[in-house]
Amino acid sequence: MARKVSNTRKAVVTAAAWTMGFLIFFPILWIIILGFKSEGDAIKTPLQVLFSDWTLQSYHDVQERSNYGRHFWNSVILSVGSTLIALAIAIPAAWSMAFVPGRRTKDLLMWMLSTKMMPAVGVLVPMYLLFRDFGLLDSRIGLVAVLTLINLPIVVWMLYTYFKEIPGEILEAARMDGASLRSEILYVLTPMAVPGIASTLLLNIILAWNEAFWTLQLTTSQAAPLTQFIASYSSPEGLFYAKLSAASTMAIAPILILGWFSQKQLVRGLTFGAVK
Amino acid sequence: MITLTQVRKSFGEVDVIPGIDLAIEDGEFVVFVGPSGCGKSTLLRLIAGLEDTSGGIISIDGVDATDLPPAKRRLAMVFQSYALYPHMSVRKNIAFPLKMAGMDPAEQERRVNHAAKILNLGNYLDRRPGQLSGGQRQRVAIGRAIVREPTAFLFDEPLSNLDAALRVSMRQEISELHQSLKTTMIYVTHDQVEAMTMADKIVVLNAGRIEQVGSPMELYRSPANLFVAGFIGSPKMNLIEGPEAAKHAATTIGIRPEHIDISADGPWEGVVGLSEHLGSDTFLKVNAGPLGTLTVRAGGEVMMHPGDTVRMAPQPGKLLRFGADGKAMA
Amino acid sequence: MATAHSRTAARLMLSPAVILLLLWMIVPLGMTLYFSTLRYNLLMPGMETFVGFENYYYFVNQPAFWAALSNTLILVLGVLCITVVGGILLALLMDQPFWGQGIVRVLVIAPFFVMPTVSALVWKNMFMNPVNGIFAHIAKALGLPPFDFLSHAPLASIILIVAWQWLPFATLILLTALQSLDREQQEAAEMDGANGFQRFFYLTVPHLTRSITVVILIQTIFLLSVFAEILVTTNGGPGTASTNLTYLVYAQSLLNYDVGGGSAGGIIAVILANIVAIFLMRMIGKNLEA
Repeated sequence: MARKVSNTRKAVVTAAAWTMGFLIFFPILWIIILGFKSEGDAIKTPLQVLFSDWTLQSYHDVQERSNYGRHFWNSVILSVGSTLIALAIAIPAAWSMAFVPGRRTKDLLMWMLSTKMMPAVGVLVPMYLLFRDFGLLDSRIGLVAVLTLINLPIVVWMLYTYFKEIPGEILEAARMDGASLRSEILYVLTPMAVPGIASTLLLNIILAWNEAFWTLQLTTSQAAPLTQFIASYSSPEGLFYAKLSAASTMAIAPILILGWFSQKQLVRGLTFGAVK
Repeated sequence: MITLTQVRKSFGEVDVIPGIDLAIEDGEFVVFVGPSGCGKSTLLRLIAGLEDTSGGIISIDGVDATDLPPAKRRLAMVFQSYALYPHMSVRKNIAFPLKMAGMDPAEQERRVNHAAKILNLGNYLDRRPGQLSGGQRQRVAIGRAIVREPTAFLFDEPLSNLDAALRVSMRQEISELHQSLKTTMIYVTHDQVEAMTMADKIVVLNAGRIEQVGSPMELYRSPANLFVAGFIGSPKMNLIEGPEAAKHAATTIGIRPEHIDISADGPWEGVVGLSEHLGSDTFLKVNAGPLGTLTVRAGGEVMMHPGDTVRMAPQPGKLLRFGADGKAMA
Repeated sequence: MATAHSRTAARLMLSPAVILLLLWMIVPLGMTLYFSTLRYNLLMPGMETFVGFENYYYFVNQPAFWAALSNTLILVLGVLCITVVGGILLALLMDQPFWGQGIVRVLVIAPFFVMPTVSALVWKNMFMNPVNGIFAHIAKALGLPPFDFLSHAPLASIILIVAWQWLPFATLILLTALQSLDREQQEAAEMDGANGFQRFFYLTVPHLTRSITVVILIQTIFLLSVFAEILVTTNGGPGTASTNLTYLVYAQSLLNYDVGGGSAGGIIAVILANIVAIFLMRMIGKNLEA
């Protein structure tokens, strides 16, 4: 079935694909480079930048100016926490919809997805006031709750599509084998769905990590994740390219590395289970 | 003993099983057979407790099990797809029901090893199902069923995913297993050969109704109606309507291919259309004019060619007669 | 598959998700609806008075509203066009055999992992800045006057930034779809005498329809509420040139403290999203069933 592809053709495709890949990746590459330059060098022309000296000064400055560690931990807690809670709520729900479908299941799924369509600004004011009145502004608990809710529909949807692929007979076998519902989900369904659950987990951690509406509106400093940390560079420090680059690199590096390591699961997850 | 009393099942408006009465004795090998969509799998799932009945009573060993969840019925089931747990080793698959029952690990181990010995799975206990062949998976599924020492085994078309040769040998294994365990087995299949070769008792189902219950040879010799006559036996029984049937005071007469002799002075005449040489036998499709196309079994060495004219005679006493209602006449 | 037991269990296990989402939808939305009928300024608490639909009247009748509405639509459509067309081309390219497929794929996915605030700041400063940005350096090298992207083409610049973030997503989904193309079907078509273009239009394109639908659906959900990119680059300006509905509501309620007006805007945004949603749901309802 495999046919020989001429090497010329392969070389042309290789050149084109690498060029596109490089162009798309270039902005990220550029901030990684600028982060290791001095402020004076960072604003020179690209060629001059490349051949200037390398330094860790900017990373040092960023550390001194703001507490990267705290924002990093906030990002971790917010994204991982909200995703785990959403999974705990969504696994049973997706089980129900995938294995005990009713006449309304499709409508219910569509409705869940439609809550995701509700623009956040529609509820910005009341959420802001509720948070203010309950003392949740700039608190991690409040933000975890919000991030859980905004990602819940996507988590349910993704798990549903993965669960649909698991043959119902296996769960019935477990039932015949005397498994309670809890054992059935815990020992049979969940281990079988590990790849799907992993994709869901990763994708939602990334979405939560990068969520930049509620995190910007509802935090100021104590609970502020990296999105807020970077937003604080919008001006006038934005003109300090090296520091901005160093801070940006630190903000995106964790997720970039996580993403690259788990590429396989992620590509599956990126398609939201909708494309096989 | 498993007794079904007026068991009904409907999905919405559709009555899949309008009402079935059936008694299954201890130690019996019962086969539910019928064309696809006849309700045989649904009936099995009702007994298993994987579906709710819409009416009637299912009792297992004298206890009303109609509303018991599957786990409480002490039945074990082997599924068509084997339904093995892909993330567990063979050992863990077989031990799963014991673990669910909270059995002591040493006893679990003993039973798993015992089952593995019976089923020749000893070398595969630490493999995953994905690394096994179809026949081995089938054995694991059976192993998972026997370790529980259930009241009865339920088999849902267990051989349909295997190739022809393996099917024959697994058929024998299951029969031998039944002889050594002497546990009740209920077996669902659409293949009448499996039914004939394995069953103590065959239940022929059609459109959710029982057409006939009996031993394989009873069904073969005296089918209760046209449906059973046509379904049991391979190749199919010849069914002849019209004036020839009227001669025997019936609406339809039936005669099996092996009960028609090729004889020069036979009453029926026809032209050979197709002859299939199996070696041991030769099956002839004979175009017999007003009688329709007849299938005739001849000896393996009989050489016939398309276009040859033959005369045939039904063996005396082997003709079956059916009335206008399709039922067999005495 | 189902017995009464499992059906009851299913309802029980479904209820937390449903109840939470229902609350999430109803409580804040109900409050927004209520606030939208009040004259309510955050700087003057306790002075709320009922004004009926007045807030809606003022919100819709400000020139910024229509600008924001059209900016929102242009932003969504612009990004969708770039990412879908670009995604198809890139996916077709990457579906060919070439050396280093894994690495190129990693490079292409990367922008998806970058948080919106970072990508917006990076593009704004390092690329689009009229003095020190790379585009300015390139222009100078070519002897052209540098172009101030964010002042003179703010919306287009934002579309470019957002499209860069979403292009990987579209590309990957379409690439996955391409790779799942039935090779035998392609070979059959080749035997039937279809040439490359015919195979592309009669087999590949229909096969991609479903994935394109998914791309459009998911991206629209996120694109309707683009916010951070505007906040850190243009603040909606100059004037209202890059204000979308989300940003307008934010500005009205939290920058001008006009909760009533902001709430009315929020409700309008919800209605707009619902119109789009109904339209999209129809579309995917048809395409996702299979």
